[in-house]
Amino acid sequence: MNITGEDLILACSAIGAGLAVIAGIGPGIGQGIAAGHAAGAVGRNPGAKSDITSTMLLGQAVAETTGLYGLLVAMLLLFVKPLV
Amino acid sequence: MTNAILMGSGADNIDFMIHGLFSYELFGHTVWITTSHVCILIVMLILIVFAIIANRKIKHATEVPDTFQNIIELIVEKLGGIVGGVMGKNAPKFVNYISTIFIFILMSNISGLFGLRPPTADYGTTLALGLITFFLIHINQFRYQKPKTIWRDMCSPLPPWLPIWLPINLISEVAVPISLSLRLFANVLSGTVMMALIYGLLSKIAIIWPAALHVYFDLFSGAIQTYVFCMLTMTYINQAMETED
Repeated sequence: MNITGEDLILACSAIGAGLAVIAGIGPGIGQGIAAGHAAGAVGRNPGAKSDITSTMLLGQAVAETTGLYGLLVAMLLLFVKPLV
Repeated sequence: MTNAILMGSGADNIDFMIHGLFSYELFGHTVWITTSHVCILIVMLILIVFAIIANRKIKHATEVPDTFQNIIELIVEKLGGIVGGVMGKNAPKFVNYISTIFIFILMSNISGLFGLRPPTADYGTTLALGLITFFLIHINQFRYQKPKTIWRDMCSPLPPWLPIWLPINLISEVAVPISLSLRLFANVLSGTVMMALIYGLLSKIAIIWPAALHVYFDLFSGAIQTYVFCMLTMTYINQAMETED
């Protein structure tokens, strides 16, 4: 079985892409914390539910950014193949 | 070949890439007309036709609105309410621009429902939107604030005669359009890729249930990201226009 240098780089890119999407852990925890606090806030003050929901969604969407950077790195490694 | 590594056997019908349709030479560069251009033109055409019909309708507006007039008034009122709620007294200057990009990004994001590749899943589109925001921020900053104030803000945690913090603040200014555009791009792209994977890999059993995923990836995620993009644009512009009295 012959493994060329290009094959090796592709295989390592796939491993790197898998490692890059581990970045999804952080936003998951962050969004969970935001949703939990929002649920608590709605419990204390049910009248402000719409305000709390929109603030929570805005914050969660901003917190998602770091996870999406990980996703982008994985996509670049798999499909654009910058290292080959 | 990477596809083969990624997805095993059924990888032939998975397709979420941008395709070039035809190319031409411009000053020695090869310029490609891609599917993104076509999709963006379709979205623009729909919006322009809608705008012309709405304009005619509003010119002959009746005292008791019928259905279509009601829809137009609802859209304008809701967008005006969002912009007014964030920007306050600066709202009248920007309500047209923010409403335009809101409707455009929303239509682009949900165009995946109609079989198009969303134009916002191309980094060219979102980077252009991010750069417009960047220039709006800085043009308004120079218009409404004194140069002394801008310099003091740029050296912000340290006093103005000690600009050690200046490069870091400059980097954070440059990061604004990049993070804005990458956020929108990556969200829409992830939805597109997920739907392509589902239709490509599970094509035999993808009968009705992908509709639920379309609701999440195209409608919900697209609407949230549109809201976030416009919200952040408005917040940044408003921050730049703040004068201390």
